[in-house]
Amino acid sequence: MEILDLSKFCMRLGDSCLILAHRQSEMCSKGPFLEEDIAQTNLGLDLLGQAEALLIYSAKLEGKGRTADDLAFRRPEREFYNFMLTEQPNTDFAFSVVRQYIMALYLGKVYEALAKVDDDVLSGVAAKAVKEIAYHERHLGMWIKRLGDGTEESHERIQIALNELWMFVGELYEEDDLDLKLQEAGYAISGEEMKAYLMEKITAQITEATLSIPESVYMTTGSKKGIHTEYLGFMLTEMQYLQRAYPDAKW
Amino acid sequence: MVEEMVSTQDKELIYEYLSEVTDPEIPVVNIIEMGMVRDVICGEDEIEVFLCPTYSGCPAMDMIDTMIKEKLHEKGCGTVKVTLVYKPVWTTDWMTAETKEKLRVYGIAPPEGSALSKKDLLNEGPVGCPQCGSKNTQIKSMFGSTACKAFYTCKDCLEPFDYFKCI
Repeated sequence: MEILDLSKFCMRLGDSCLILAHRQSEMCSKGPFLEEDIAQTNLGLDLLGQAEALLIYSAKLEGKGRTADDLAFRRPEREFYNFMLTEQPNTDFAFSVVRQYIMALYLGKVYEALAKVDDDVLSGVAAKAVKEIAYHERHLGMWIKRLGDGTEESHERIQIALNELWMFVGELYEEDDLDLKLQEAGYAISGEEMKAYLMEKITAQITEATLSIPESVYMTTGSKKGIHTEYLGFMLTEMQYLQRAYPDAKW
Repeated sequence: MVEEMVSTQDKELIYEYLSEVTDPEIPVVNIIEMGMVRDVICGEDEIEVFLCPTYSGCPAMDMIDTMIKEKLHEKGCGTVKVTLVYKPVWTTDWMTAETKEKLRVYGIAPPEGSALSKKDLLNEGPVGCPQCGSKNTQIKSMFGSTACKAFYTCKDCLEPFDYFKCI
C-alpha cells in the first residue's frame, strides 16, 4: 500500500471524528440537563482527541509540511472527507443521539480492525479509541432506548430523527478504490461486513426501543469526493473563523 | 536561580525531577506514578521524554507537556523534547496499589477491576465509596468532571464522588 493512500485514509477517518466532535461541542451548555450536557461534551472530547491523533499522522505521512491544525482550520469544504452523517446539525436532541449512536457503532468496528495492524501509531490510537467508543455506544444506546420507549412525544421525535438521518447511513459501508486497497492490506473490513454489522446492531437496538427502521430510502453519496450537504460549510465558517480572520493566531 | 547544570546522562535524576510533575487535575499523583512516562533518552545536547497519552482527548496533555519542560528547565536541563508514544497503550491497569490509595485518600474512587474486562470498562461492577468504603453506591452519570471520571453517589454515607474509570 502506498503511503499517500494511508495518509488519505487517516484523513477521512480523522475528518469524520473532527466534524462529529465539533457538532458535539455545540451541545455545550445546551444539554437537556447538567449531567447530560457534560456527557455530550465529553463524547466530543474523546472524538477530538482521536481526530487530532489521526490528522497528525495523516499530515506526517503526507509529507507536505502541514500540521493537524492546518488540516483542520485551513482546508475548504470540498477538501473535507467526513461522512455527511457527521455534519448533520443538532436539530433536536434526538438527532444528536441517533447521529452519535450510529457513528459510535461504525467507529467501534473500524478501530477494532485498526488495533490489529502492524503500525504502532494507528494500532495504538485505535486500541485506546476502541475502549472509549465502547463507552459511547453504551451511553447512546441507553438514550435510544429511553427516548424510543419513553413518552409518546420522545418516541415520535426520535423516530423522526431516525427517518431523516437514515439516508446518510449508506456512506458508512460504501467502498471506493482507496477502501479496497486498505482492505487488501488488512486495515479495514469490507463494506459488506460493515453493512451487516451496522444493520444487526441497529435493528436490535431500535427494536428494543420500540422504533422501526425506515424502509428503502435513497442513500446519499459523495463525501469521499469532498461533496457535502449544505450544513458543513456553515459549520466550517464558525469552526475556522479565528484562523481565517487571524492566520497563525496563538494563545 | 538556576541550579548547576545537570549531566544529560543522568537518567535516574531526570526521573526524580519528573516525579515532581503532577497531573494538573489530580495533584496527588505524579506522572511517573500514573505510568505516563514511558522512557527518557539523555542525548548529547537534548533530553527526550517519551509520554503516553491517557484519554485520547485529555486536555491535560498539553499542560503536562509544558510542565515537564518547565520543570526540567528549572532544574538546569538544556533542550527538552516531549514525544508522544501511542504504543504500548496507556491503561489504568498500570496504576499501582499505592497510587490507587493516593487517589482514594484524595477523594477519587480508584479504577476497580481491569480495563481488559468489558464489564469493568462499562462501569458495571461495584465501585467503593472513597469516603466510607461502602460498595453500596450508585452511578449518577457516566461522565464526570473530567473525561477520565464518572459521577457516583454513596447510598450509605450519601456523599457524591468521582470515580476514575477503567480504560
